[in-house]
Amino acid sequence: MDTVRVQSQDFDAAAEAQALKAGRLDVGAIVTFVGLCRDEGGRLTALEIEHYPGMAEAEIARVVAAAQARWPLIGVTAIHRYGELAPGDQIVLVAVAAAHRGEAFAAAEMLMDYLKTQAPFWKRARRPDGSVENWIEAKASDDRSAARWRAADSP
Amino acid sequence: MKAVYFAWVRERVGKNEEELDPPAEVATVGDLIAWLSARGEGYAYAFEKPRVIRAAIDRAHVGHDARIAGAREIAFFPPMTGG
Repeated sequence: MDTVRVQSQDFDAAAEAQALKAGRLDVGAIVTFVGLCRDEGGRLTALEIEHYPGMAEAEIARVVAAAQARWPLIGVTAIHRYGELAPGDQIVLVAVAAAHRGEAFAAAEMLMDYLKTQAPFWKRARRPDGSVENWIEAKASDDRSAARWRAADSP
Repeated sequence: MKAVYFAWVRERVGKNEEELDPPAEVATVGDLIAWLSARGEGYAYAFEKPRVIRAAIDRAHVGHDARIAGAREIAFFPPMTGG
């Protein structure tokens, strides 16, 4: 059972992981990843996240389907928030349930690498003086991280 | 077709979305970017580095060589920074 949600409100990572194994006895591993808003050493007071409604959900669902096609996964939950977030707030959740840890770890990592480069979200930082900084630039290292999943034929 | 803009493309163009009716010779996403660039200062600024611009047709990523015939919604935005 896969779940994709794009929302402004917070999420409960433990409850989402619990839901992935509810009523099942074949789950041997759950990997949960939570991405958080950092304060960048005091230079960031808020993060504004813009998204493309409709496409954001569709693109995350495509990424989840790609992971499902690649590994034998029991369930995936992916949640991405938008709007204004403060340092310490949760931004993104990826939770993967599988029979074994290998595919759960690998799928969670691939999902995050793809989410960062394929899902239509854009961030910008608010500074302590109240000013809004330019949009955060995409990192070449994120593109390289995503590309390695394309290069390999199979897990 | 409807055009939608996000992040700094939206800010530079100065609008979230608009209806476009390009001439028939505008066949691809790349053609449309060039056509839009000539519509004014904000557009020229938004599309000054066409290679950086990402596009989606009907909410799926496409390359600049994709044909726009039949598209209902075309989106332009910078490289994504989610996660």
